[in-house]
Amino acid sequence: MHIKTISMKYYDKLIFELSRPGRKGYELPADNFGTDGMADIPADLKRTEPLDLPEVSELDVVRHYTNLSNKNFGVDTGFYPLGSCTMKYNPKINEEVAAMPEFSAVHPLQPAEAAQGALELYYNLQQALSNIAGLAEFTLNPYAGAHGELTGLMVMKHYHRSHGDEKRTKVIVPNSAHGTNPASAMVAGFEVVEVKSKPNGSIDVEDLKPLLDDTVAGIMMTNPNTLGMFETEIVEIAKLVHDAGGLLYYDGANLNPLLGKVRPGDMGFDIMHINLHKTFSTPHGGGGPGSGPVGVAEHLVEFLPNPRVRKNEDGKFYVDFGKDSLGSVSTFLGNFGVMMKAYAYILTLGKENLKNVGPLATLNANYIKESLKDDYLLPIEGVCKHEMVFDGLKDKSTGVTTLNVAKRLLDYGFHAPTIYFPLLFHESMMIEPTETESLETLDEFIDVMHKVAKEARETPDEVKNAPLTTLVRKLDETGAAKNPILTYKALKNA
Amino acid sequence: MSKIIEGLRYADSHEWVKLEGDIATVGITDYAQHALGNIVYVDMPEVGDEVVAGEDFGAVESVKAASDLISPVSGEVVEINEALEDAPELINEDAFENWIMKVKVSDTEAIDELLDAAAYAKICEE
Amino acid sequence: MSNKFMPHTEEDIRKMLDKIGVEKIDDLYSDVPAEVIFKEEYNIPSAMSEIELRRHFNELGKKNRQLTIFAGGGAYDHYSPATVGHLLARSEFYTAYTPYQPEISQGTLQYIFEYQSMICELTGMEATNASMYDGATATAEAMFMMVAAAKKKNRVLISSTVADAVVRVVETYARFHGVELTVVAEKDGVSDLEAIKKELEKGDVAGVIVPQPNKYGIIEDLTGLADAIHAVKGLLTINADPSTLAVLRTPKGWGADIACGDGQTLGMPLAFGGPYLGYIACDKAQIRKMPGRVVGATKDADGKRAYVLTLQAREQHIRREKATSNICSNQSLMALYATIYVSLMGKEGLKEVNKLCCDGAHYLYNKLIGTGKFTPAFGEKPFLKEFTLKTDLDIEKVNKHLLDNGFMGPLVMGEGLVTFAVTEKRTKEEIDQLVTLMLEA
Repeated sequence: MHIKTISMKYYDKLIFELSRPGRKGYELPADNFGTDGMADIPADLKRTEPLDLPEVSELDVVRHYTNLSNKNFGVDTGFYPLGSCTMKYNPKINEEVAAMPEFSAVHPLQPAEAAQGALELYYNLQQALSNIAGLAEFTLNPYAGAHGELTGLMVMKHYHRSHGDEKRTKVIVPNSAHGTNPASAMVAGFEVVEVKSKPNGSIDVEDLKPLLDDTVAGIMMTNPNTLGMFETEIVEIAKLVHDAGGLLYYDGANLNPLLGKVRPGDMGFDIMHINLHKTFSTPHGGGGPGSGPVGVAEHLVEFLPNPRVRKNEDGKFYVDFGKDSLGSVSTFLGNFGVMMKAYAYILTLGKENLKNVGPLATLNANYIKESLKDDYLLPIEGVCKHEMVFDGLKDKSTGVTTLNVAKRLLDYGFHAPTIYFPLLFHESMMIEPTETESLETLDEFIDVMHKVAKEARETPDEVKNAPLTTLVRKLDETGAAKNPILTYKALKNA
Repeated sequence: MSKIIEGLRYADSHEWVKLEGDIATVGITDYAQHALGNIVYVDMPEVGDEVVAGEDFGAVESVKAASDLISPVSGEVVEINEALEDAPELINEDAFENWIMKVKVSDTEAIDELLDAAAYAKICEE
Repeated sequence: MSNKFMPHTEEDIRKMLDKIGVEKIDDLYSDVPAEVIFKEEYNIPSAMSEIELRRHFNELGKKNRQLTIFAGGGAYDHYSPATVGHLLARSEFYTAYTPYQPEISQGTLQYIFEYQSMICELTGMEATNASMYDGATATAEAMFMMVAAAKKKNRVLISSTVADAVVRVVETYARFHGVELTVVAEKDGVSDLEAIKKELEKGDVAGVIVPQPNKYGIIEDLTGLADAIHAVKGLLTINADPSTLAVLRTPKGWGADIACGDGQTLGMPLAFGGPYLGYIACDKAQIRKMPGRVVGATKDADGKRAYVLTLQAREQHIRREKATSNICSNQSLMALYATIYVSLMGKEGLKEVNKLCCDGAHYLYNKLIGTGKFTPAFGEKPFLKEFTLKTDLDIEKVNKHLLDNGFMGPLVMGEGLVTFAVTEKRTKEEIDQLVTLMLEA
């Protein structure tokens, strides 16, 4: 028998509902200071409201959150073909080293001489990423991909301003780009200009040319683009933008297929961010913490955000505040715990294996693409890179949508692909397998996708009602948005 | 087929205007409410705000989409439809009945430059 | 090409290439211009086995020193219960993505809902999001919220008693985004409320940011501030340490419209600066200006209780350049950290932690004053776990001597000004030893 459904236990209590007055889940040392500090704080500076927090035992907490974990699907549960998210396997050794007390107990303001190991790791990772990206230097301070974008755009603006060039107020973004690109440009104080994409998702160079004047600060691009296709005209685009005095920003969201094959710096990009939680195997953590290091070409190094980690001539590492820096984007040096995992990953693969990541990710994606194009509508032919986009089922007569297919996949124990993005097609379904999946897993997924296509033809209503076997079914999202209930207190009073 | 009412003026950004004296009543069209789906929130201006034709004066939000409201007229907001604060779904029920704001317009003739029902219907067909 | 993370046998590769209809993997890159193909070897070390990797990390680890910490400055050496790390290691939590498929993400969605409930309970506010990167960026986002709410006003005031690292980040965000930020100089170690009110009179202020407690550890008396700001239709943001709110007057209690800050104090390891978590909370009136993800309670088709990401239309993936922020993630796992920590400590534990910190800090304060080498920096001001003194001692020399003896001494906050932090982890013996070492330096 081979029925693979997601076995989860339905458990719907909130931790607040387990609370019993007088129960506790902690033990602290006795207070032997012989002082009463709280008495020195005036009453009107103190809390007057009751504090309605849970009172539960340690076992209550352990069981509760173990039960919650059982309501979740992760990469360790099953295949997670979420396009543009690079849901590769998260190695366990990464978790082990990141939890080492020799690092986790280090205070961020600890004198450099007492934090040489942490600084060396930070420095080594900066160096490794610079080499992998083909750029001069990296800052690891940004906390996430979107934060990296914002930081990189700040570098761009600061660069132009430092040349007294105040009129470059526009950033060009492809209309197929992820929503964070224009949003980051807005936050960095730029005006967004859209450049059109050709039907295959590539930038339309003829549409780009007239946009390039002396008000343009730069362009933001992914390569491969949002459809998983390589921007073959990148060399010409880079030349056009540079000739117009602009800079090229590389959104590292789609870096994975280029590992071992192409370096962003060599394509002419001046600034980029890397998502350590995509390309470098650190876990997504249910939405974070991630890490979005930003790399720059030689002429932009001095503008990177403070603080910086540098190396002395005598081989000692230190934290520095550069005077030409754009400022600070983080309290300290970023998500150090995440960097440790990415560093462990790079060392585990080493130069011998890291170069195979891109090719094998690309191989997996093309295998899926070729295997599914009989039942699913492939709008763009040709080799893809790490991912591909289908425009829903080929047979549109059944009325089964991309959303229905996605939900039906949950019934079969797979996570759904990214759906309804990119916006270039009505029924977008974006699939990214990553290099860590085996042929057997891909074949299983392909079989299920074919099975769903068959169901769509034969029993469409069943597919439209999916998911049928998950812990909870279709949710009332309208009610949730119209009358937001965001806390236990509000839920109790609802 | 969405409802379009004769006699009103329309903007290609899917707002309708009804002029009575120098007071313009503004709402979004039936076509727009269809496109947005279940509306969950209307971000409205305040009475006394100045609105400018072609610039946004608020936003409508559905579960999965949000759209700026572009003012088809210039002038001062004299009234907002407070019923929408608690019941934004009224727009889904009848987009023409449930207006969003009333504006004392500075230039009533500018309204004539907006689309009439026939011209707007053409836009919706495209 | 096979490796422990890449399961491809030669036979697998052959099969897949045949299906695709190309001869070799390189053919999948035939569309890439030859001039940009990377033909060299990466300049990184050779692959390491786990044995070698552990050895390397151990060697690096030895170059860090584990100190007895008496410094804060935005990162505090609080106690982390064993249970938290253990539960966080469940891979159903950490290998999941953002809960976009709610049917199979109820675990993540529910803990975020619990996290939101706790942050609102601590701050007194009605709404919060699923968490932010850190306290500094959360404060910058609060600044954007205030400007967005004010519509036409574009100036924000920030007190110089907000932590320097936070001011640096807020200043950077303001400069690039085009918000006019005025740092209002402090008076006697606290926010200068009179100076702030004077700035408010100019009529162009969208909002004001003040800390609680402040960078010197002082609990500020903000009486009258919210009223003065609201009188000119501005908003008040309080950057508050959430741990202390179990015992201190809440941002809501001070009349704040937005509360924000860093959640590291909720038991998170120091970890050389991160990951921590930022929080931002507000009342319902500001909810649609609030950035980031929000989880709401709802029901499924069968009427079962369930949770879902809500108010998504505000977010960048829908609104693009019209979004309130470019944030598209949170520090989800750290929100889980905070949730489990607060569950364990609960109502009484959080109060007890604060009492221990406060008593230890007062014990150290009294001892230092007793030596005659230290005086209160700004007169007698109330504090909880962090306080600032003035001294004539050569503090660089003192801190060096402390370091040589395994202690991290106070942070230097200016000429002769030093700020100490005492958490529940510090013992009476450690404090006695610290004072002895300082005097003998």
